[in-house]
Amino acid sequence: MSILIDKYTRVVTQGITGKTGAFHTRNCLEYALGKETFVAGVTPGKGGQSVEGIPVFNTVVEAKRQTGANVAVVYVPPPFAAAAIDESVEADMDVVICITEGVPVKDMILTRSKMRQKKTVLVGPNCPGVITPDEIKIGIMPGYIHKKGSIGVVSRSGTLTYEVVHQLTTLGLGQSTCVGIGGDPVNGLKHVDVVRMFNDDPQTEGVVMCGEIGGSDEEECAQWIKQHMTKPVVGFIAGVTAPPGKRMGHAGAIISGGKGTAAEKIAALEDADVKVTKNPAEIGSLMKSVLA
Amino acid sequence: MKIHEYQGKEILRQYGVATPRGLACFSVDEAVAAAQQLGGELWLVKAQIHAGGRGKGGGVKLARSLDEVGQRASEILGMTLVTHQTTPEGKQVKRLLIEEGIDIKTELYVGVVVDRASQRVVMMASSEGGTEIEEVAARTPEKIHKLTIDPVAGLRDAEADQLVSKLDVPQAAMAKAREFLIGLYNAFWETDSSLAEINPLVVTGDDQVIALDAKLNFDDNALFRHAELNELRDLDEEDPAEIEASKYGLSYISLDGDIGCLVNGAGLAMATMDIIKLYGSEPANFLDVGGGATTEQVTAGFKIMLHNPGVKAILVNIFGGIMRCDVIAEGLVAAAKEINLTVPLIVRLEGTNVEIGRDILANSGVAITAATTMADAAEKAVAATRN
Repeated sequence: MSILIDKYTRVVTQGITGKTGAFHTRNCLEYALGKETFVAGVTPGKGGQSVEGIPVFNTVVEAKRQTGANVAVVYVPPPFAAAAIDESVEADMDVVICITEGVPVKDMILTRSKMRQKKTVLVGPNCPGVITPDEIKIGIMPGYIHKKGSIGVVSRSGTLTYEVVHQLTTLGLGQSTCVGIGGDPVNGLKHVDVVRMFNDDPQTEGVVMCGEIGGSDEEECAQWIKQHMTKPVVGFIAGVTAPPGKRMGHAGAIISGGKGTAAEKIAALEDADVKVTKNPAEIGSLMKSVLA
Repeated sequence: MKIHEYQGKEILRQYGVATPRGLACFSVDEAVAAAQQLGGELWLVKAQIHAGGRGKGGGVKLARSLDEVGQRASEILGMTLVTHQTTPEGKQVKRLLIEEGIDIKTELYVGVVVDRASQRVVMMASSEGGTEIEEVAARTPEKIHKLTIDPVAGLRDAEADQLVSKLDVPQAAMAKAREFLIGLYNAFWETDSSLAEINPLVVTGDDQVIALDAKLNFDDNALFRHAELNELRDLDEEDPAEIEASKYGLSYISLDGDIGCLVNGAGLAMATMDIIKLYGSEPANFLDVGGGATTEQVTAGFKIMLHNPGVKAILVNIFGGIMRCDVIAEGLVAAAKEINLTVPLIVRLEGTNVEIGRDILANSGVAITAATTMADAAEKAVAATRN
């Protein structure tokens, strides 16, 4: 078991004929069962072509009908990314993973509003994607650092996630699924949604959650953990040294009006019995000690 | 992106939001001429910098004659304003706004933001205008009234009326207040704002509803579709190092510590800053080189960091994923050679082809201290600043 994606997932890549889409699709095809799971691509006006042997369609609906794709990944440039998500939502895909960085917040507000009555789950935008080790990788993360196992990882940032996964794998702790939820202020799945899925997933025995300054997603997740979580959780919050009012790269990583500080988030997590480390080099070893 | 108050007011007027009449000026002569043109007997001379708290810092003054306008303008132009929103060094005032004086009956507050929790735009209003609104929110949250706005329908008349009814607005000004709120929301939405704040929003003696101050911030991700907003950018208000960095696709923020750090990815960059502090020192900057980390970017990053005289060592922390460590190592060596590094360089590489990357660094002839983990790198960087 795993969450969100597994070997039975069938993926359509939106923006497959673009440079980024083609490059990462190639990497995903080479990982584990990529050749079975990546079945279609979509670029409007380029239907009938193929990329790396994968048929390209004009629309997601057509790709779904022809190939049975149930998950979409979006590499479409920022001005058109929200419309690409909308298209997959309209096509009733199970999951849409939006890798694109720089999507206007207003576009995401409208897209999230349209998604309210729909079944589709959104991951991202501005995220590295989702991987279930040894089965399927959807996104831009380096596949080889992962190892199949029982730790669930959820994080707002890309390379920090790789750092954590690398620590876990080096210590012999494999992962059930790793989910990069992205660093934008208006996005799809939040920490609490992913942690809840890990709690329900029989393969997952422990969870690492990496948060960062800005917003209150980590606090909301801590609230849920306190009441419902049955598995150990290890946490790290990036941005202890970040000054207020300065945006730290991610559109969402900003302390504004005295809210969203690392100290507040750490306090909320500790109150929920999450083992929090302030040392990003010790996230893996803390998970190991918690499981021992 | 931030803009000046007078620019914000120009935008608001286009959406039917009332503001005092005013003119932007760059010299004392211009200020006096502006006051003359506006007419009347009372003027406000307002410093234009990208930070709040200008009044408290002495950057907003009343003038009751044209002579006094000139006097106040000469005091404020060129002064260095330090407020709770500037750096401790403050900001030099290079622009003024001369405005007609307003007969204030009531001061209110209204703000518009993107609310992450509801994933919608929220309008917040309070009768406690003109004061520290953050303090009001913290001490008496019940005095802040919130309205969540449907993105498709926009702000409806009835909703705006309901919000107005909760505020200290006289009956005679209620219709104007509704128009004001709707105009403000439309301005926010149409310009892809990330923040719109009117503090204070005032009701005048003759029941007009006017934005006495205006603060608009825009979503950087949406600037591609607002050429008109890009023209409002004032580079004088931005850190030259941050502007230079943005030319190379780098995200840089100056800080006060002594260890410069260059990292790929915002989350890992923050974590690297945090671990420097944990090992007893302070980061000199935030610098995210993005996923690629090309030679050109790394060279630019080194130069920008070294421009800060406080930097005593540089820590590079790269997790090479799709970008291989050997390519990154070659870039680092080339950059270090090109700029002739004068401070200790500590490099931690991890990821694809890391062994080849480390060999390249070791055999480069450049003095590089190699580190294996983040902790190892932080420890070595902190030690290097103490030698």
